[in-house]
Amino acid sequence: MSPEIKPDFLISPEGLRVDGRRPDELRPIELKVGVLKQADGSASIRQGKTYIIAAVYGPRELHPRHLTLNDRAYLRVTYRMATFSVPDRKKPAPSRREKEISMVIANALGPALFLEEFPKAVIDVFVQVIQADGGTRCAAINAASLALADAGIPMRTLVPAVAVGKADGTLIVDLGDAEDKYGEGDIPMAILPQTEELTLLQQDGFFTKEELLECMQMGISSCKYIHELQKDALKRAYVRKAPEDGDDDDDDDFDDELEMDLGESELMEDE
Amino acid sequence: MAVYFQKREVVVPGQLLAEGRYRASYGTYYESDKVYSSLVGLAELRGNTVKVVALEGAYIPKEGDLVIGIITMVAGNNWKLDIGGPYGASLHANNALRRPYADDISEYMDIGDVISAEVQAFDRVSGPFLTMKGRGLQVLEGGMILEVSPAKIPRIIGRRGSMINMINDLLRIDSMVGQNGRIWIKADDVEIVRLAIKAFKTIEEQAHTSNLTDRINTMLTEEMNKIRGSKTTQSSDTKPKSTVEDEAVAEGASSSETEDNTSDAEEDESELDIEVEIENIEDASDAEEDQDKTEEVNE
Repeated sequence: MSPEIKPDFLISPEGLRVDGRRPDELRPIELKVGVLKQADGSASIRQGKTYIIAAVYGPRELHPRHLTLNDRAYLRVTYRMATFSVPDRKKPAPSRREKEISMVIANALGPALFLEEFPKAVIDVFVQVIQADGGTRCAAINAASLALADAGIPMRTLVPAVAVGKADGTLIVDLGDAEDKYGEGDIPMAILPQTEELTLLQQDGFFTKEELLECMQMGISSCKYIHELQKDALKRAYVRKAPEDGDDDDDDDFDDELEMDLGESELMEDE
Repeated sequence: MAVYFQKREVVVPGQLLAEGRYRASYGTYYESDKVYSSLVGLAELRGNTVKVVALEGAYIPKEGDLVIGIITMVAGNNWKLDIGGPYGASLHANNALRRPYADDISEYMDIGDVISAEVQAFDRVSGPFLTMKGRGLQVLEGGMILEVSPAKIPRIIGRRGSMINMINDLLRIDSMVGQNGRIWIKADDVEIVRLAIKAFKTIEEQAHTSNLTDRINTMLTEEMNKIRGSKTTQSSDTKPKSTVEDEAVAEGASSSETEDNTSDAEEDESELDIEVEIENIEDASDAEEDQDKTEEVNE
């Protein structure tokens, strides 16, 4: 990658953005669930050039012990960027920015989880940014909530997130790196889709009240779209994992097997 | 009153499952007259209770569970055990030993020992506490431990133990399945252990497919024949118990397999096999009695 230069305009005379998108258009999003073997749950997201992997371990025993919460599980998010994820090498030491984003992601995901089901335990979420091109915290939330679901952690809903903002006076969604840097502001947001409750809302730059409200409306509808993609990715992963190789035909037997799947967990074999 | 899913449908967290007078059970939550899924899993309706069967998840202890634990610490009159999942368990000497017992309880069981035990109590504030007072709860000596996903354990046990009993009978192994996703396997023969592992792994992988018990049965019978085929040329002492009929059926099934991927010498052998088999059925029944005896001793 050559050194960055400021683009001449963020919105072209035709009303399109630097990468040719319309103002309310998202970058192409590709979600994959179960990308890591070792983790209890994992997911990856490609959103334009941004590429992030999220891994979930747990619920498991919490170390160090003094962090224990007696009424619920501790949600520990670790957001890290790879040294090669940005054009100028990122120093490998944990930065202030990484710590902040870790916290912000934990706060965004927390309300969606039934943490009270696992008192004293920890749920570890590791977010690794492989390639950064703007919107990493939102992409990380999208991937992490899929990874949590993949780990079998009970949750109210998946959490979609997107950034909205302003460039050359136009309100836009899903900012790329250039728009983030040279635009007039950005607002990352995450919602719980059923209730439209906000779990993440940050702002950088100046917005009028009207702009802010309009931005948030755009964000909410984009989040709902991303939520559909998330549900789809999750179902795809599990339907593929449950291949019914042709012996699906006898439905009676099917029911029998189901019973045994479900109810008999309390029965143990007698030696 | 409406239900928004098909039987055995894969559902995702937050998906609306039912509306109206339905009861939320495992894997679901209830909010303003609606039942939503809280897990990725298979949705199921029983009566008016909605339930989601998890496909993944760590082991969360439940009272009455049979678990396989590894002792990690001896603390006074307690053993601390790793039973997988987020919670370490403890076992008090009173729940394991007959009184009087020595002061130093590590004489009886020490760090690294593997035991089967039952969860006696577990709630949000205390526990889990284990007990070894019960049938078949003992120190497990020899053998190996296989770890599988705890969510798949019901399938490995099968309805009223159908799956695990079938595997035990076919392979003639000692095994014990803990709800915490650990399976203890003991067999005389490495080949058999490998086969058992293969069987358990297959079940874990294909847990939500139908006819699994039959498929595993076929697979095991075939494999056992192969193992026995190679054994009879050298020695013929380790024989799984099986009837002559079974043998014939299995032979028919396996022959098509063997033609494909093994040399033609195999076929001649398999014919020989049946003869040797008939002779050995007596031996097998003897061995069975032996096993019964050992079980009594264990208790």
